[in-house]
Amino acid sequence: MRFVDEFRDRDKAVALAVRIAELCTPGRHYKIMEICGGHTHTIYKHGLEHHLPPGVELVHGPGCPVCVIPMGRVDDAISIARTPGVTMACFGDMLRVPGSQGSFLDAKASGADVRVVYSPMDALQLAVDEPGRQVVFMAIGFETTAPSTALTLLRAKAMGVPNFSVFCNHVTIIPPLRAILDAADVDLDGFIGPGHVSAVIGCRPYEPIAREYAKPVAVAGFEPLDVLEAVYLVVRQLAEGRAEVENQYSRVVTWDGNPRAVEVIAATMEPRPHFEWRGLGSIPWSALSLRPEFATFDAEKRFDVPGVRVADPRACQCGEVLRGRIRPWECRVFGTACTPEKPIGTCMVSSEGACAAYYNFGRVNLKRPLARART
Amino acid sequence: MTGPDVTGGPGPQGPQKGGKKRAFGHTVINLAHGSGGKATHSLVESVFLDAFANPILAPLNDGAVVSVAGRPVAFTTDSFVVSPIFFPGGCLGDLAVNGTVNDLAACGAQPLALSAGFVIEEGFAVADLERVVAAMAAAANAAGVPIVTGDTKVVERGKGDGCYVNTSGIGLVDERAVSISGAAARPGDRVIVSGPIGDHGTAVMLARGTLGITADIVSDTAALNGLVNVLLEAAGAAVHVLRDATRGGVATVLNEVAAASGVAVVLEETALPVRPEVAGVCELLGLDPLYVACEGRMVVVVAPEAAEAALGAMRAHPVGTGSVIIGEVVPEPAGLVLQNTGFGGARVVDMLVGDPLPRIC
Repeated sequence: MRFVDEFRDRDKAVALAVRIAELCTPGRHYKIMEICGGHTHTIYKHGLEHHLPPGVELVHGPGCPVCVIPMGRVDDAISIARTPGVTMACFGDMLRVPGSQGSFLDAKASGADVRVVYSPMDALQLAVDEPGRQVVFMAIGFETTAPSTALTLLRAKAMGVPNFSVFCNHVTIIPPLRAILDAADVDLDGFIGPGHVSAVIGCRPYEPIAREYAKPVAVAGFEPLDVLEAVYLVVRQLAEGRAEVENQYSRVVTWDGNPRAVEVIAATMEPRPHFEWRGLGSIPWSALSLRPEFATFDAEKRFDVPGVRVADPRACQCGEVLRGRIRPWECRVFGTACTPEKPIGTCMVSSEGACAAYYNFGRVNLKRPLARART
Repeated sequence: MTGPDVTGGPGPQGPQKGGKKRAFGHTVINLAHGSGGKATHSLVESVFLDAFANPILAPLNDGAVVSVAGRPVAFTTDSFVVSPIFFPGGCLGDLAVNGTVNDLAACGAQPLALSAGFVIEEGFAVADLERVVAAMAAAANAAGVPIVTGDTKVVERGKGDGCYVNTSGIGLVDERAVSISGAAARPGDRVIVSGPIGDHGTAVMLARGTLGITADIVSDTAALNGLVNVLLEAAGAAVHVLRDATRGGVATVLNEVAAASGVAVVLEETALPVRPEVAGVCELLGLDPLYVACEGRMVVVVAPEAAEAALGAMRAHPVGTGSVIIGEVVPEPAGLVLQNTGFGGARVVDMLVGDPLPRIC
């Protein structure tokens, strides 16, 4: 496939792996966090870790939008979905995310009208097509998906669609990074920055992170060679004693991002003083809510939302996985009580979640490459 | 080959085997239970298998083989609830016939007779029903099997999605195919798929019209009994496993084979036949073609010495021209499907829990 195959080239990967190995100091352990769930998925889907020297470890960060949604918010959303006359529209990977009383899939099975959409615009269209129903869009995601929610809100307002609202769970990328770095027991060496988020916000917002915490950041695309090259950039910075922001994904990401996208977010949403993150606890100013001008489209105002804070299940160690403290399989319930079939923690739900990715793609410890199948 | 250089990881080692009863753990059925993945297996094992327990059902092959007057007869049933009813390359009707013919073919049987049961929703257009029935007649004719009995029920408006069709079929198992079973894969065997994967699932997804993507993709729905016939001519008892890759795709079928046979399967990503259009749509939606449904593809596990003969015979048949070897059976780690990626790594190809969920970003 054009524009894809060239970023999955095995020979280029092997050559890049040699250069990474040359930069590594023998005996030193490198811990690099890929922030974005899309990167985690790429790493496992393509078996990227086979190309890394033994001293380089990739840690899977908090950038999977469904993984960081706390149970209380899922419960709130399900409570809205169960309201008579409501159609809840959500992205597909929200369906199995567990709340304290089950998931959207369970709510749907017991009568709630939950529908999968690919875009918030599809949800708005549902509201237009079915004026007798209250259509609520379950908005999740970082700055990547926030602009499409914002544009949909602007459109809904311009069209005056009375039966459409948004349950806003958008989050922002910089506050959780600071929360992770501010924790006492962090030993990360650098970051692979999220490509799609950065297409919106640009590379500039990471500069204080690189400077204040002395951690290299390489913003990367989502093909395996992109991620491998970002590892190379981070290791090279470490070898040269630099801590800067570098842009591996220059074919998509500019230094200043997409000002129009940032503008529509700011026009429709504002930072929330507090938002609970799955596993990471409450992080101030880390999420977005609708601006007062859009209050009529705010599902939190339109419906009775219980707003109960639900503690993460005690056995679940999602938080430690998201902070890079433990590897997925080191969690006490990984693969036993918590599986993709019956997830306890959200990291096990989405294919971008560290635990699900590891469970689905990597749970056999492939120490050496497999012998080639004879085909 | 002695198997790949793999050691057990820290996690659990593949699907659990054995028929021990597990609590189902759900109070209501949800859509994932119909996806063909792990959730379906859990439903089948904890609700149906125990209640119906018998040695003919136990292997959970595509169809059962019963002995009739000393001769092995394959017997299978399948219900079809596709939406939309008409899609590029086919419709509910040919799907219903080919699906059951292929389940029989996967037992190594040539179909003798089919039944057809209709559940029709009040208000369904007769012209549409006639189109469905005409497609069934044409498909049955092409497969060389009569539809000999049937049943019709009409349900109130809102109690069904237009029209559902159930077909059952019987067929005589070819004497060269009596030991074919999902449990018969052996280390060294080659894995063949009879053509490009993921066509049907992608065609139906696009036909729903909700994605705003148009592509020239048609369903692969086709009867595979003729293909199995030439395969058995060429490779005979060297054919160890035949599986019709439908719901859950080739990945799900191979996981079932690996678990039932107590072996591992290693796939080569670069060998997988995927049409560029299908690969493109799957890339856009974040889906993996290995899990996308086919309706006219047979997965064949064959002894290595007969692999070339099998492949040659399949390629010479009109519905098998795209046949390729995609992998090999190895001893360890039992119960798992692995893949060497084109990028030079390796990964597990697990069974999905429910339907593949599109990723948001």
